[in-house]
Amino acid sequence: MIAELPWTLPHAVAGTMVLALNAYVLLGGADFGGGVWDLLARGDDREAQRALIARVIGPIWEANHVWLILVVVLLFTGFPTAFAHLATALHLPITLMLVGVVLRGSAFTFRSYDRSRDDVQRRWGRIFSVASLLTPVILGVCLGTVASGRVPMDGAPTGGFVARYVLPWAGSPFPWAVGALTLVLFAHLAATYLTLEAQGAALRETFRRRALRSQGALLVLSLVTLALARWEDPTLLAGLLRGRTALAMHAVTSAATVAVVWALLRRRFAVARVAAAAQASFLLWGWAWTQFPLLIPPSRTITSLAAPRVTLQLALWALGLGTLILLPSFVYLFRVFKRTGAPFDATG
Amino acid sequence: MDDLLFARAQMATSLAFHIVFAVVGIGMPLLMVLAEWRWLRTGEEVYLELAKRWAKGTAILFAVGAVSGTVLSFELGLLWPAFMAHAGAIIGMPFSLEGFAFFTEAIFLGIYLYAWRLIPPRAHLLAGVVVALSGALSGIFVVSANAWMNAPTGFRLVDGAFTDIDPIAALFNAAMPAQVLHMTLAAYAATGFGVAGIHAWALRRGTPHAAFHRGALQVALWVALPAALLQPLSGDLSARDVATRQPVKLAAMEGHLRTGPAPFVVGGWPDERTLTHRGALEIPGGLSFLLTGNPDTVIPGVDAVPPADRPPLGIVHAAFQLMVACGSAMALVALWGGWRAWRRRRGGGVPLPADRPFLLALVLTGPLGFVAVEAGWTVTEVGRQPWIIHGVMRTAEAVTPVPGVGVSFALFTLLYLGLAVTVTFLLWRQILKTGVTPAPLGLTGEFPLPHSAAAGPGTSSTPYGP
Ligand code: HDD
Ligand code: HEM
Ligand code: HEM
Repeated sequence: MIAELPWTLPHAVAGTMVLALNAYVLLGGADFGGGVWDLLARGDDREAQRALIARVIGPIWEANHVWLILVVVLLFTGFPTAFAHLATALHLPITLMLVGVVLRGSAFTFRSYDRSRDDVQRRWGRIFSVASLLTPVILGVCLGTVASGRVPMDGAPTGGFVARYVLPWAGSPFPWAVGALTLVLFAHLAATYLTLEAQGAALRETFRRRALRSQGALLVLSLVTLALARWEDPTLLAGLLRGRTALAMHAVTSAATVAVVWALLRRRFAVARVAAAAQASFLLWGWAWTQFPLLIPPSRTITSLAAPRVTLQLALWALGLGTLILLPSFVYLFRVFKRTGAPFDATG
Repeated sequence: MDDLLFARAQMATSLAFHIVFAVVGIGMPLLMVLAEWRWLRTGEEVYLELAKRWAKGTAILFAVGAVSGTVLSFELGLLWPAFMAHAGAIIGMPFSLEGFAFFTEAIFLGIYLYAWRLIPPRAHLLAGVVVALSGALSGIFVVSANAWMNAPTGFRLVDGAFTDIDPIAALFNAAMPAQVLHMTLAAYAATGFGVAGIHAWALRRGTPHAAFHRGALQVALWVALPAALLQPLSGDLSARDVATRQPVKLAAMEGHLRTGPAPFVVGGWPDERTLTHRGALEIPGGLSFLLTGNPDTVIPGVDAVPPADRPPLGIVHAAFQLMVACGSAMALVALWGGWRAWRRRRGGGVPLPADRPFLLALVLTGPLGFVAVEAGWTVTEVGRQPWIIHGVMRTAEAVTPVPGVGVSFALFTLLYLGLAVTVTFLLWRQILKTGVTPAPLGLTGEFPLPHSAAAGPGTSSTPYGP
């Protein structure tokens, strides 16, 4: 099969990367969002809020990073020069993001595995929540920088350190708008998932309110991001506003948005969760679609940056093989824990 | 220091940190499965307790391993973009496979931790076996990528471009079998000795939970002793392997500075300029004899290549000697233990857990496995210098053009230091302290969920069952 359709190989690998990123947003993103709500926990029952968040993230540890790693590994396997370029041009933000990943992962582990609840735990809790903010924002900044063609592979910026390695991502509002959008998106996902996980009515209401508010923030930020994109460079991201597919993308995203709000208002939490996940996924795929067929805008396409065919084929085979092993494992996992209502069905 | 040095130092720090957790992630699941198997066979509660505690410790360390591994996959690009631009297409596959092995490990570790009462005993044990196998596989895949840097194959170099790429050939490169064998054994030996050392310490110190520590010691020794006995043999295989493909690395390891019949050099610090040793003990013809069986065979020395192609001699030699010293000490203790166990079987001597000198030896050799692992990787990596891909690409060509790597080196070093201190502190509180205080062990009841033990499965003290 694959051998007969060589031209689709790079796109298949790139598509798989977006899929993995999608999984990271839905699963890892919700973990990050949990950290946001941990930081913002208010009211008399804030310890109960934190306990709920910890319980939901608990059993998955930081296993959800595997999706991010999959994106990275596919990038350096399938598009090695693109990986090398991004790791150089975005060296600083990626480093920052990694600091966040390390602090968050460890803080969470230590906090939840440490038995005595004392100030050690609280300290870890602080680190955990602050790192939860840092990582999503920077992740969004990186994506926004790439998408808006600020780190071109041809005609990269010249000049000093700041001009080459800082200004492209830090020097204009668009990437930061995407960063903020990412953070709010993650927070919204988490709040929506948590309505379903909360055991008491009061707790559920708390997270329902938060889900609604963050959905509002999400709408505002989406519009701001779009406006910024238009304002900074009308030709970039033009695909966002033109063409039948773009319109279709907007239509389904809007539909999902309406569904989220409706479901939250009517307290249909299971529906809200599915709709929120759909909304996030449509946003992501919408971005992927506007950027297609470019991998590193404004000039380099997916095909032009692809590794040799055999590498891509093997990468896809490896993915297939992995899926063959992972899927039954997952099914088993869910079946084992379904019977008890143990927390595994939460974010994974 | 310049940026290249900082980049190397940062890579070394990150890997030196990660490898500890990787080794534990390979070794501990085996110990925990053996303990559970033992429990199923004998019905003795201490083994169940052990399996649970070890699983919990594994979970803490596993998460840190995952986080540090995440950092590493980015660092490959952050520090060595030119290397990855070329090597990514060739050795990317083992990394993707590693990801799946890790994922499988995580899923089944989750089942192992949280499903004690949900699935039948055999299935539970089997879940543990899957954790142990996929942990070992993780290591095998990554080490094969590293072996490729020592024995690059699976491509042709045409005008600086890599063509005719064959990732399968790269995966099964010539250095892979010896390195994978040596690394996997090292993981078992290091974990086994580490765990044995901890419990030997508790037994010597005196503890109300002597039965628990005796059980732990026994299981740890099952793993530690055979691995430590095999390790020098596997190391010999590795050395011969290196001799055929990387003669300069071998010469640097052994401190064989000038081409000719090679002495066996013990200790000493080589002078890179004059190519002489200071303070070394030399056994004439020793190395030639070890490698070929003839003390007069001419072996290429460090001087076989120009100075620009030589690795740092002192570090490589010292690290190699350190590894061999650790390995020898561990093998001797293993022999001693084997002999004692054999005597015991014939009705003589005291049981191992009551033998204070042997316990002392275990306490002392406890950390040596990890020391040897760090030293061994120093040999492999520093010994490969100045090449990042042996004979193909120099480390200096691969380093990132982004200036100020020193800052990120400092940042990550601080981060890792903080992490190391905290992990130690946590494990101390979590696993060790309770084991020697008079407080009842009682973990079984409160296990397995981190926070919400009250609601989770496994709160009852019945370990298995519907
Ligand atoms: C418990 C740990 C441990 C112990 C006891 C030993 N080693 Fe080792 N050694 C390692 C752990 C290790 C390692 C960390 O796992 C390395 C680094 C890379 C590798 O594949 O294994 C290694 C590498 C390594 C290499 C370099 C391979 C290469 O560069 O490709 C050689 C030649 C040896 N070892 C030889 C020995 C000998 C002769 C030993 C005799 C006692 C010995 N090792 C004990
Ligand atoms: C450049 C080198 C390395 C990289 C990039 C790397 C990457 C990673 C990553 C990303 C993870 C997390 C798993 C995942 O989410 O996919 C991981 C875990 C792991 N790695 Fe590494 N690794 C490296 C070196 C090694 C070495 C040399 C070993 C050795 C034997 C090893 C053994 C493991 C094991 C066993 C795990 C499982 C996690 C655990 O048990 O803590 N890794 N590694
Ligand atoms: C986990 C065990 C490992 C340890 C402790 C380790 C240790 C080191 C050390 C000490 C250096 C610095 C060498 C020097 O600057 O002289 C280094 C460099 C490096 N290692 Fe490893 N290494 C390990 C595994 C790996 C693996 C599995 C890979 C990749 C597949 C890898 C890739 C690299 C690269 C790319 C460099 C930088 C370039 C170079 O110095 O040659 N290492 N490592």
